[in-house]
Amino acid sequence: MNLTLKIWRQKSANDKGKIVDYPVSGISPDMSFLEMLDVLNQELIEKGQDPVVFDHDCREGICGSCSLYINGRAHGPQTKITACQLHMRSFSDGETIYIEPWRAEAFPVIKDLMTDRTAFDRIQQAGGFISVNTSGNTQDANAIPIEKHNADMAFDAATCIGCGACVASCKNSSAMLFVSAKVSQFALLPQGQVEATDRVLNMVKQMDDEGFGNCTNTGACEVECPKGISLENIARMNREYLSASLKG
Amino acid sequence: MSGIFNSSIGRKFAMALSALFLMVFLLQHFSINILSVFSPELFNDVSHFMGTFWVIQYVLQPVLIFGVVFHFVMGFVLEYKNSSARKVAYAKTSRAANSTWMSRNMLLSGAVILAFMGLHFYDFWFPEINIKFIEGDMSGLIDPNDADSGYRYFEHLQHKFVDGWRVAIYAVSFVLLSLHLLHGFNSAFQSVGANNKYVRGLKGFSKVYAIGVPLGFIFIALFHYFTH
Repeated sequence: MNLTLKIWRQKSANDKGKIVDYPVSGISPDMSFLEMLDVLNQELIEKGQDPVVFDHDCREGICGSCSLYINGRAHGPQTKITACQLHMRSFSDGETIYIEPWRAEAFPVIKDLMTDRTAFDRIQQAGGFISVNTSGNTQDANAIPIEKHNADMAFDAATCIGCGACVASCKNSSAMLFVSAKVSQFALLPQGQVEATDRVLNMVKQMDDEGFGNCTNTGACEVECPKGISLENIARMNREYLSASLKG
Repeated sequence: MSGIFNSSIGRKFAMALSALFLMVFLLQHFSINILSVFSPELFNDVSHFMGTFWVIQYVLQPVLIFGVVFHFVMGFVLEYKNSSARKVAYAKTSRAANSTWMSRNMLLSGAVILAFMGLHFYDFWFPEINIKFIEGDMSGLIDPNDADSGYRYFEHLQHKFVDGWRVAIYAVSFVLLSLHLLHGFNSAFQSVGANNKYVRGLKGFSKVYAIGVPLGFIFIALFHYFTH
């Protein structure tokens, strides 16, 4: 396959940045998207040019590192996969492909396609945890009865890998799907009840402080989420937040 | 509790409550207007009651005005905050692939509805306020000196829909209102955190409401245009 890549190049956080065209040839349809970028970077290195910086780690859709906005969509044209799981057979020979970083004030560009997503870490630190006694007499989690439906929903929420595709896809750069998944995975389980009030209040406050936008329920986040996190989590978080606000 | 309306969720909650309130008002407005198609006399009687009963005029009307102003102002505040969350735009976006046109253009449809309300107030509300509270005529009669002249409301309504352009503007505005409601009604349930089997049923009703009520208003305008 021969392709024209239009890639966002930005030397540093303070650089203005611009789209740069790169023709690539001899790309196999069976390559992953990141392998195609590896080919480009090898060519750039051999020419003595600066390779394109992009986040990646596990390359099997688990870590949430890869964060590419490809042809106007987070993680590219397919749904429920990450950019590393996207293959070149999803594109046509001769196609022009736009590759951009996540765009959000809360996710500033570090270099090229790599963004600073530590805002998500700070939201997690604000309440995305439970306190467990680890002094040696910890209760076995399996000894606590949990309704199957709730256990399934909690597990589904917990599959969020924190990649930030929800923020990138949302026209308002809202992080509600991510935060609601993290709130829900604990709100649905008995272990999460002790800190439930503080958790949702603190995580939403941190989310607002980071500068993410408001949710307008377009549903774009749910469509583009590689793990299929449901909008129902946002409704649940709204309930949890309004209830917690009344409690104080 | 104090900080709830300073949060993103709190602001959306307030937006949803004001929207649900306005939708109740819209249904009530439609219920009265449709009377003009079936019984001009009944339409006149109900209009006179609505226009002169003190609870409606001095209690509910100010609440309604507050609700309308709040909904529009909060809509613009939220839009400003949302646009501030992404200052550098994407070079290429494919938003139609993951969301509906109406969900992405609530500000546009809202702005059209706001402009329509300016015309609607010019047509009906300002003349009513002028007659009742500036001229001091609370009789509701076509000729306040002639008790047999009948109420003016139906005649006023028909007179406005003689103009084809006005009818066309009303129709286009109500199409935009329908698109606004098709997203907004469902979205309000999400914003207040409601999501159970009853709400899923209500969401079905919301589609009927979002299409049926604006279509009904268009029907009323066309009816008077063609029957006047």
